[in-house]
Amino acid sequence: MPDGLHEPRGGDRVSDTRDGAPEEAADAADSTDPAADGGHDPAPSTHTVRLELVDEPGQLLAALQPIANNGGNLLSIYHERGNKTPRGRIPVEVDFEATAERFEGIVEALREEGIAVMQAGTERYAEEITLVLFGHLIDTDLSDTLSRIEASASASVADVSLAAPQGTEEVSSARLRLEARSGETSEAIAAVRGIAEEKELRVVAPLAGVDA
Amino acid sequence: MRLAVIGAGAVGRSVVELAGEYGHEVVAVADSSSAVVADASSDSSAGNGLGVDAEAIVTRKAETGIVGDGDPADALAADYDVLVEATPTTLGDAEPGFSHVRTALERDRHVVLANKGPVAERYGDLQALAADSAGDVRFEATVGGAIPAVSTVEDIEPGHVTAVRGVLNGTANFILTRMAAEGLDYDHVLSEAQDLGVAEADPSFDVDGTDAALKCVILANVLSFGGADDPADAREFSLEDASVEGIRDVPGSVLRLAAEDGRTVRLIGEATGETVRVAPRLVHENGTLAVSGTQNIVQIETTHAGRLNISGRGAGGPETASAILGDVGRLG
Repeated sequence: MPDGLHEPRGGDRVSDTRDGAPEEAADAADSTDPAADGGHDPAPSTHTVRLELVDEPGQLLAALQPIANNGGNLLSIYHERGNKTPRGRIPVEVDFEATAERFEGIVEALREEGIAVMQAGTERYAEEITLVLFGHLIDTDLSDTLSRIEASASASVADVSLAAPQGTEEVSSARLRLEARSGETSEAIAAVRGIAEEKELRVVAPLAGVDA
Repeated sequence: MRLAVIGAGAVGRSVVELAGEYGHEVVAVADSSSAVVADASSDSSAGNGLGVDAEAIVTRKAETGIVGDGDPADALAADYDVLVEATPTTLGDAEPGFSHVRTALERDRHVVLANKGPVAERYGDLQALAADSAGDVRFEATVGGAIPAVSTVEDIEPGHVTAVRGVLNGTANFILTRMAAEGLDYDHVLSEAQDLGVAEADPSFDVDGTDAALKCVILANVLSFGGADDPADAREFSLEDASVEGIRDVPGSVLRLAAEDGRTVRLIGEATGETVRVAPRLVHENGTLAVSGTQNIVQIETTHAGRLNISGRGAGGPETASAILGDVGRLG
């Protein structure tokens, strides 16, 4: 099934537009050969969405309502209460049955409610960014630097490797693996640059959108 | 074509030596303090009776430091078709290179530049002079040495190029390559590069990213002016518009951390019609942009033709002369 079918439609959509061709191709396939992709098959199938909820009362219910209200038949909920993401959110996996068309509406409705949809169906709404910071990382409070990157809405820190070969008072380097929402890698890198600039650290960033 | 070559460094001398092979003749050569001009009425100064004696000029420059007995102004006033401007790059007003170009264009002669100054710092002035002249301006040699970066962008058409990026400084790339391979720090590798003649005694221009930034500024101008419906509306870029970070402070530990993750660091320049940025960037260790040693690479993002990569030698006398003589061939 083409990825494009699972993309939420409408102004609120989050999709990776770097590689723009497939979406149009999927639409074209729809109109010329509706049978081939099964996109309008009325039979419901099972879908899984991975959400990240803020740790506040009522959030789980708020996340389930758009699914039920838009024709999804809830099957299971895996609520990892004790396992917070680095951003302090709670990951939740929800399985439900819905037709392909309704599935799109559900994902759209979840987003409209301000719920972080990290993964829907086969699409993962997170992109990994690896970058290296260098400078007086320890003197400038590395843990504060990392917390502030976390606090910027666009990315969370998944992994940190520190190299301080000259001891803690000299220049050191840290490799960071960040997870950013799809299509927000530039914002995430910009946020890191801003924090680094303030602390007189340097950023060796990847080339956005260039797999080279 | 009859060429006047201004500037007798490695690039200028290579043009003098190789022009004949490309079917052109050099009728005047100048360095900063002297000149030699072919005498059209006698064959005393030339092997074929028309051009200057290339071998004699190169020998004299090597032995005495000057190219001839004339005044540099004589070369600018000589009867040539194309002025080859190969004097050292200067920033700001880009003089004296810019005046050499002006003199030639006001005489309705063509200009081929290897000097980045006028193209990076005064692109608008240059285009205005060219618009009023029967002569054209070309500058392939200013970006990526032997690599046909500018002409490839022109062939694709600047309006269909979204970005040009790449490794555009061989000295910085050599240093980063050696730091990664040997686990050495910047200072150590710099001394090695200086011993090998890859880095100059004062390497600032290369390691601080200025040279790569000038090349990106030139590409940004090509994209901006080439993509505009009316050149008068095009945004002009100069070095001031570029965000530039060099490699001088990059510690060896950055390269080690990158290598642990299958990546390495390269000084990457990026130009679009709107921005110019030069900075050390993380690239995949075996990726296209991770060229080794003094190699350069230019990567062009297009709207309809995908991504193009051209790598090769980004500096050197004969390599740069090859780009200049390619430009001369496109004129005419």
